[in-house]
Amino acid sequence: MAEAYIYDAVRTPRGRGKKDGALHEVPAVRLAAKTLEAVRDRNGLDTSTVDDIIFGCVDPVGEAGAVIPRAAAFEAGYDDKAPGMQISRFCASGLDAVNFGAAKIAQGADDIVIAGGVESMSRVGMGAAGGAWFMDPSVGLPGWFVPQGISADLIATKYGFSRDDVDAYAVESQKRAAHAWEKGWFKNSVIPIKDQNGLVILDHDEHMRPTTDMQSLAALNPSFVMPGEMGGFDAVAVQKHPEIEEVNHVHHAGNSSGIVDGAAAVLLGSKKAGKAMGLKPRARIRAFANIGSEPVLMLTGPVDVTEKLLKRAKMKTSDIDLFELNEAFASVVLRYMQAFEIPHDKINVNGGAIAMGHPLGATGAMILGTVLDELERRDLNTALVTLCIGAGMGTATIIERV
Amino acid sequence: MTAYKNFSVETDADGIALVTWDMPDRSMNVFTEEVMDELDRIIDQVVADAAVKGAVITSGKETFSGGADLTMLKRQLERFHAERAKDPEAATKMLFEGAGRMTWLWRKLETCGKPFVSAINGTCMGGAFELSLACHARVAADSDSVRMALPEVKVGIFPGAGGTQRVPRLTDQQQALQMLTSGQNLTPQKAKAMGLITEIAPPKKLVETAKALIKGGLSPVAPWDQKGFKLPGGPIYSVAGANLWPPAIAILRRETYGNYPAATAILKCVYEGLLVPFDTALRIEQRYFTEIMQSKEAAAMIRSLFVSLQELNKGARRPEGVPQTRFKKIGVLGAGFMGAGIAYVTAKAGIPVVLLDRDVESAEKGKAHSAGIMDGLIKKGRAKPEDKDKLLSLISPTASYVDLDGCDLVIEAVFEDSAVKKAATEQAEAVLKSSAVFASNTSTIPITALAKNSARPKNFIGIHFFSPVDKMMLAEIILGKKTGDKALARAIDYVRAIKKTPIVVNDTRGFYVNRCVLRYMSEAYKMLIEGVPAVMIENAAKAAGMPVGPLALTDETAIDLAQKIMKQTIRDLGEKAVDPKQMELIDTLVDKFDRKGRKNGKGFYDYPAKPAKKKLWPGLKDLFPQKKPEDVDFEELKQRLLAVIALEAARVMEEKIVTDPREADVGSILAFGFAPYTGGTLSYIDGIGAKKFVKLAKDLQKKYGAEFKAPKLLADMAEKGDSFYKRFDPYAKGEGKKAA
Repeated sequence: MAEAYIYDAVRTPRGRGKKDGALHEVPAVRLAAKTLEAVRDRNGLDTSTVDDIIFGCVDPVGEAGAVIPRAAAFEAGYDDKAPGMQISRFCASGLDAVNFGAAKIAQGADDIVIAGGVESMSRVGMGAAGGAWFMDPSVGLPGWFVPQGISADLIATKYGFSRDDVDAYAVESQKRAAHAWEKGWFKNSVIPIKDQNGLVILDHDEHMRPTTDMQSLAALNPSFVMPGEMGGFDAVAVQKHPEIEEVNHVHHAGNSSGIVDGAAAVLLGSKKAGKAMGLKPRARIRAFANIGSEPVLMLTGPVDVTEKLLKRAKMKTSDIDLFELNEAFASVVLRYMQAFEIPHDKINVNGGAIAMGHPLGATGAMILGTVLDELERRDLNTALVTLCIGAGMGTATIIERV
Repeated sequence: MTAYKNFSVETDADGIALVTWDMPDRSMNVFTEEVMDELDRIIDQVVADAAVKGAVITSGKETFSGGADLTMLKRQLERFHAERAKDPEAATKMLFEGAGRMTWLWRKLETCGKPFVSAINGTCMGGAFELSLACHARVAADSDSVRMALPEVKVGIFPGAGGTQRVPRLTDQQQALQMLTSGQNLTPQKAKAMGLITEIAPPKKLVETAKALIKGGLSPVAPWDQKGFKLPGGPIYSVAGANLWPPAIAILRRETYGNYPAATAILKCVYEGLLVPFDTALRIEQRYFTEIMQSKEAAAMIRSLFVSLQELNKGARRPEGVPQTRFKKIGVLGAGFMGAGIAYVTAKAGIPVVLLDRDVESAEKGKAHSAGIMDGLIKKGRAKPEDKDKLLSLISPTASYVDLDGCDLVIEAVFEDSAVKKAATEQAEAVLKSSAVFASNTSTIPITALAKNSARPKNFIGIHFFSPVDKMMLAEIILGKKTGDKALARAIDYVRAIKKTPIVVNDTRGFYVNRCVLRYMSEAYKMLIEGVPAVMIENAAKAAGMPVGPLALTDETAIDLAQKIMKQTIRDLGEKAVDPKQMELIDTLVDKFDRKGRKNGKGFYDYPAKPAKKKLWPGLKDLFPQKKPEDVDFEELKQRLLAVIALEAARVMEEKIVTDPREADVGSILAFGFAPYTGGTLSYIDGIGAKKFVKLAKDLQKKYGAEFKAPKLLADMAEKGDSFYKRFDPYAKGEGKKAA
C-alpha cells in the first residue's frame, strides 16, 4: 500500500474574528485561495496534477457555502482539473481533511491532494449553519446538548481544575506564543495576506495578548454562568454527571480559544508523486483515528481518541516527542495532560489557540504544520496532533519525519 | 333548523348563528363522540345555509367546557390495548384515526369558508380551547371565573387537536412552549397579551361582541392559511430561534429529567410543525399524539392524576346512605403550626372555626398564621384585602372549651403526648353533642389507642394532615377499630369541603404515608453508610422523579425529629427495630455536630443566607469512606429509592391498611410526590409487572437487606400474573357506581 507524505504546509496569519479584525475585509474564499496560491507557488506545482482539494469548513454557508475549495481554486487560478470538496467535523475539520487526503493516497486512488481548512468567523459567524444537533429536541435530548463552555467548565469541575489552574495555563500559552513569534519559529509556514497591490493586510497573529498575567485574567468574569443557570445547561451537566453538585464556572475569554479568521493548506502526496514533483517529503502520516465520546463532557474526545490511536499504532505516549492539542479551552489541555501524565514541556510548546485563536475548520491543518515545523527545529521525530470536537468527538494523527 | 341534543342553534336577523353548547345531562360540557358528531353537522349546516354569514360558539353553562372526557380516553386506551393483543397494526391505525378525529374536525371548521367566533364565557380547557383556537376569532368574558388552558401535559398527554400548532403561530415560541409544557391557566388578560384571544368583553356583552366581529367582516381564513404568513417572533432557524431552542431543550430536561415523554413530544411537535405547512404540521402532531397515547406514562397518569383523583375527590370511599354534613362550625384544638394551618384551610372553605389553645394569646397567634398567609397572597395578587377580612372573621380564637358547643366536628392538633391528648378529648366531649365527630391529627399514636380516651369511640377518627397544611393536597383519614360509618362520612365530607383529597386508611403505626416516607429516608441513610457520595443519592432521587431528595427531606422535617422517632420505635418495638448504624449516623449528626436540619441551618445540607443556595455539608464525606463515583451504580440507586417505597406500599396493601389501589397511588403522589409519571407506588409495580418486580426485589434484597423482601402478596401476584388494579379492582363491588 502507498504511504502518504507531507510535502508542505502553509497557513494565513490569524485575524481577530470581529468587524475590526484585519482580515474582516477579506472574503472567506480569498483566505482559502491565498493558501492554494502559496502551495502552488512555493512548490512549483502543476495544478492539473492535483487529484483533490479537501477543505474543512464548519459554517459552509453564505459566502463560505457551495464547496468553498472549488471556489477557491477558481480564484487562485488552478487548473480546471483540480476538483474540490468541503467537509466538516467541526473543530477537527482541517485535520480530518488531511487524514481523508492521506487515506485516498494510501488507498492508491489519488497521488496529490491539498488538504486544509478555512473559516472567516468575522464574516460568516459561528453557528451560522444552524443544525439539528442543538435545535431539534429529537436530537438535543438524546444528544445531551450543552454549549462547549459548559463542557469545559464541567471538565474543570469533574477533574479538579481551579480557576487559578486554567488561568495559569492561559498565561503560559500567551507567553509561549509570543516567544515563538519573536524567535521567528512560525515564519516558515505563515504567509502574509496581501492585497491586489502587494500591500500587506496582515502578517502576524492578531489575537495575541503577550502581556496577559494572572492579575489581568482574574478581573474577567466567567462566561458561562448565565447559560448554565438560566439556560438550564448546568442541570443537563449534573444529570449526566450526578456526582457533581454544581458546575464550577472557570472559563472566560482569556482562557478559551480566540475567535479568529484564517485558512491553512497542506500538500500531501505519495512517494512517487513527490518524486515526479521533484519535492522532498517532510513527514509521513503514520496513523490517524476518530472517535465519539461522552457528549456533555464533549471535549474529552482527545483522550479517548489518543488511547485508540496509540493502541492501533502499537505505540506508547513515550514514543511521541511532541503533542499538539488544540487549546479550545484551558481545561481540555489540562485534562489531557492529567490523563496521560504528559509534562507541559512536551505539549503545545509554542502556545496555541488561547493566544493565537482558533479558526474552527482551519485549525487542524494549521497546528499540524506548526508541530511539524517544531519537530524540524528541534530535530525530533514524532508528533501527535489532536483536537476536541463539538458533539463529543476526537480526531488524532501521528506524523513522523522522514 | 335541525335539532341537536347538546347544542341549540339560533340565527339572528343579521344572519349570524349562535351555537350554544349545553349538554342536558351534565354539569359541565365535555367532548363525547356525540358532541363531535353534532358539531360536524352544525358546521355543515352553517356552510350550507346561504342565509347564515357566520357563527358564534358559546356555552349555556357557567363554564365553557372542561375539554375531552378523560374517562372516555381511558376506555379508548383499554380498547386499544385489548385490540393490540390481536392485531397490533389495526390497533395502532384505530388509535391514529381516533387521535385525528378532533384535529381534522377543527380543521374543517377553520377552512369551511365562513367565519366562526368562540365566545368564552367561563373555564375553557383542553380540547375546548383548541376548538376556540381553530375559530377565526376568540372573545373572552372579563371575569375572574374565565380561565383558559391546555393542561393535558399534567396527565401525561398533550394538546393533540392543533394546540401545539396554533398556539406557536399566534404567540412567540417561548411563550408557547412555556404555556404548553406547564399546562398553566391563563386569565383573559394574559391570553390577550399573548395574542391567543382577540378581545375581552364584559360578560353581558360577550355574544354581542363576538357577533360584531363577524359583522365587521372577520376573515374566515386563518392567518397561517394566508399568503405571506410569518411566525410571531420569527422562524425557528433565526438568531432568536437559536437563542431559544437549545435552552428550551435543556430546561425541559432540567424540569422533567426525561421522565415525561408528553412534555418532550410538545417540543418536538412545535419544532417540526413550524418548519412545514399547517396541514402537514397537524399530521405530525397526530403522529406524536398517537405515540404518546400508547405510552405507559400516559396510561398511568390519566388513571391516577385524573380519573382516580377525581373519583376520590368526589368521595368514592364515602359510605352510602349517610346524609351529607353541611358544616356549621368546626373546632380546632391546639393553635400550633398544624392547628393554625387546619384553621386556615377550614375558614378558607367558608366554615366558621373555633381555634382553641391553652390561653387566648396562643390561640390568637394561631389565627395570625392565617393573616400571614393571606398577606402573602394579597402581595402576589392572588387575593384581595376583603378576602382576608372575611376569612379572619370566621376564626374565633379562644381558651375556653365551652365555645366548642355546636361544633359538628372537632379536630385535635395538640402536642403528640397521650396524656395531653386524653385531656383535650375529655374536655371537648364534655361540651359536644353526642353526634359530633372527634378527629385527631396525630401522626404517631394509633387512633384505636386514642379512641380509648373517648366516651364515643364510634365517633372518633383520625384526620392526618401534612405540613404545610395550606399547600399539601392530601389528608389521610384513619379508621380506629370502632370508628363508625357516620364518622367516616363526615370526615370525608370535611376533607372534600376544604378541597383536599381524602384517602381512607386503617389504623397502624405511621399509617400509610409516613411508613413510605420513612423507608425513603432510611434507604438514603443506608446509602450514606455504604459510602455513596451524598450528592449522588440526592441526584438519584430527583432523577427517579422525586421532588425532594431524601436527605433534603430529612432536613425539612428535622433530623432530631427522625432521631426522636427512631428512639421511640426502639422503645416500642425493641432494639432490632432500628438499624444501629443508622441510629449512630443520626445520633452523630444531632448530638456530636448539632446538625438538626433546616431549622438550625445545619443538616445534611448547609443553609447559607439567601440568595446563596443550600449545599451539602462537606463533613458528610468524612463520616464514611467514600466510594468512587464510577463504582456506584446510579441507575440502581434510583431503583432502590423507588422500590423501597413501593414495597412498603405493597405491604400496606397486604396488611389491608389501605384497601383501594387508587388511594395508595394518589396518596403517594399528593403526599410525597412519588414519581408522578409512574402513576404512584402501586402503578409503579403494575407498570413493571409483579413478576419482574419480585425478581428485582429479590436481587436488591440479596445486596441491600430485608427492606427489599417482597411480601407474600406480591409473590402470589407474580405467580398469578395479577396486577394491583386487577386484584383489588376498585370498581368490582359497585364502587364504580359511586365513582361515576
